[in-house]
Amino acid sequence: MDFGFSPEQEMLRATARKFLENECTSSYVRDRMIEPGGTTDEFWAKLAEQGWLGLIYPEEYGGSGLNFVDLTVLMEEMGRVVMPGPFFSTVLLGGLAILEAGSTEQKKQWLPKVATGQTKVALAWTEPNARWDAAGVTAAAKPANGGFVLSGTKLFVLDAHIADVLVVVARTTEGQQPERGVSLFLVPQGAAGLEVKLLPTMDQTRKLCEVALHDVRVPASALLGPKDGGWPPLGRVIERATVGLCAEMCGGAQKVLDLTVEYAKIRIAFGKPIGAYQGVKHKAADMLVDVENAKSLTYYAAWSVDENVPEAALAVSMAKAYASDAYRKVAGAGIQLHGGIGFTWEHDLHLYFKRAKSSELTFGDATYHRERVAQLINL
Amino acid sequence: MDFSLTPEQEAFRTHVRSWLKANMPPEWSERLVASSDIPRPEAYELLRRWQRQLYEAGFIGLTWPKEYGGRSLTFMEEMILHEEMALAKAPPILNVLGVGMAGPTIIAYGSEAQKKRHLARILSCEEIWCQGYSEPNAGSDLASLQTRAVKDGEHFVVNGQKVWTSLAHVADWMMLLARTDPDAPRHKGITYFLLDMRSPGVTVKPLRQITGDPEFNEVFFDNVRVHESQVLGGVNNGWQVGLTTLMYERLALGFGLQVRLRIALDGLIEMARRMEKHGRVTTKDPLMRQKLAQLWIDTECLKLTGARAITRLLRGEMPGPEASTGKMGWVDTHQRLQEIAMEIQGPYAQLPRGSDWAVEGGLWQYSFLRSRANSIEGGTTEVQKNIIGERILGLPKG
Repeated sequence: MDFGFSPEQEMLRATARKFLENECTSSYVRDRMIEPGGTTDEFWAKLAEQGWLGLIYPEEYGGSGLNFVDLTVLMEEMGRVVMPGPFFSTVLLGGLAILEAGSTEQKKQWLPKVATGQTKVALAWTEPNARWDAAGVTAAAKPANGGFVLSGTKLFVLDAHIADVLVVVARTTEGQQPERGVSLFLVPQGAAGLEVKLLPTMDQTRKLCEVALHDVRVPASALLGPKDGGWPPLGRVIERATVGLCAEMCGGAQKVLDLTVEYAKIRIAFGKPIGAYQGVKHKAADMLVDVENAKSLTYYAAWSVDENVPEAALAVSMAKAYASDAYRKVAGAGIQLHGGIGFTWEHDLHLYFKRAKSSELTFGDATYHRERVAQLINL
Repeated sequence: MDFSLTPEQEAFRTHVRSWLKANMPPEWSERLVASSDIPRPEAYELLRRWQRQLYEAGFIGLTWPKEYGGRSLTFMEEMILHEEMALAKAPPILNVLGVGMAGPTIIAYGSEAQKKRHLARILSCEEIWCQGYSEPNAGSDLASLQTRAVKDGEHFVVNGQKVWTSLAHVADWMMLLARTDPDAPRHKGITYFLLDMRSPGVTVKPLRQITGDPEFNEVFFDNVRVHESQVLGGVNNGWQVGLTTLMYERLALGFGLQVRLRIALDGLIEMARRMEKHGRVTTKDPLMRQKLAQLWIDTECLKLTGARAITRLLRGEMPGPEASTGKMGWVDTHQRLQEIAMEIQGPYAQLPRGSDWAVEGGLWQYSFLRSRANSIEGGTTEVQKNIIGERILGLPKG
């Protein structure tokens, strides 16, 4: 047994930290918050140059063929700087959906372009009903002229406004079992009837969209994976993306702890650094426990999905349940221990606090995942 | 990252598993399994025999050197053993403080004679040990201890009092911290002694605790003579030696605590499946499902965080921040587990052992009350947080 990172992974971490500290500074993040794009062509090209956009894709599709434990290292570092932009949506949602569900031709067509940064892909899955289960998929795909006509509304879609192509989750068959009858479609940006609207978000580093499908016509070749068989590959995508999200949350929480500890050492009150007071010290210790535990569960989840162990789904839900609570609590405590300065727009803490909230609510919060854990342990 | 075992480790696991299957004491019934983390008096004899059996099978002291009765194996085997013990719901050992604390400290600081004298006997449960640290006025602030040891020829003469001394009433030996230089700075005048509990002048008085059991004791020293060869790690070096003990306590006892927690959680879920709440099975209650799932997550998490710490040790690295969180995490999870056990029982939770209507013989009432000590014994949660804040996070002392 070896539950730690390899020297190569530690090297990836060091490289990523240095790169992101230079390229993804607070002012870079803040500039992206107020622009719709969320990234710059220059920054995106640099991510591609590092090989990170194709990190987890097989080499035959232009990737580096690394695994989720490797990705965890990278995502922790991205979370540490609250990196904005469509990395998560393109690499871990849209791109991964093509990898999990697509035919060899589709993978060959799209994934190398994702890896080189030429193409961004979004995943249009959730709807106004805000459900994470198969019954939540109500957007319809009706057969027409050998192809399909898509209609309905998708909501909370990450980065759809800047995607070149969308993976749209739609229902092809109604029935008693909602898991059967879900299909995935590739819909290019600009398709007739596709209306993408960028929504203002509390966490401005994450861009969410409403995607309206007004009878969007697609050919049969747009089908990604088998008709009616889209739910299992989608589940795999969400499971894996959730691991990446947890890693990002761990990185963010660790950074909040680091910022808070540094501040507690230098901020003087009543003649002493505030970190000398137990009211502050004990809270910082609680933060450390939360951060370390979230990491343990996240690393294990990453290993589990890499190895496809039977309890991978359980490991992922345990990690997301824990990380959702932990990041929120740690970010809140970070603001509290900073006092008034932590509540200002100028200080970066609110970026972490808001990212903690948006991450908590993405792909199910702690309550949702605890219920999943209960089901998976046969309660 | 790799959770697979080597063929040798797999073979070890199979060996442990089949041995446990064949040798679990039949009288270790469901009644005793329930939940408690500390052996109760009525189980002492059974647990003494059980430890002897484990020792003879080579399952105690896996990481201790071979020449002193151990196996010279790694923490990996130790972890495998404990996982299997949890799965089998095996009893704990009686000499938990000897194996978890005294032994490793003697290995680290002992003379050859001390190692030969004590180590194998600790493993075989021939010598039961207790820990003479806390005093009425020295708990969390251990360095303020006042028990005196005054040099007299080849001996030291000990006077004073210890308290909260678990197992002192059955112990043969004590890890004793006493002040040998009252003029030195607090941490510099303390010496660590190996004290024979049968020495003249040692008096043990049971102390009844919140559970009603006399599990721990007061120990009085009235001109107790200890030979200088019983000093461990040098005169006035006791603080350093004692800290080592505490470090081992957190590491080695951690394995055992995880096992007990796992067994308690399994027992809790079984109870929840049998009990009804508001007319439906407790495990179908949405709020209870949340709480049980969180306990499950926290229990798994302790195991995983422990595995990260062990990985560092196996790689020969310094312990990282994750190594210091175990005790706090365990305390929080176990106390919450016991609270939930009461919640599941509802009004029945008021009925302890001896009541006709008590659930599962009233066992959970005992372990619920006993769990209140978890956040006090072995370093209070408040002290743990100071240690994490100061040593791990580098925050200034208050």
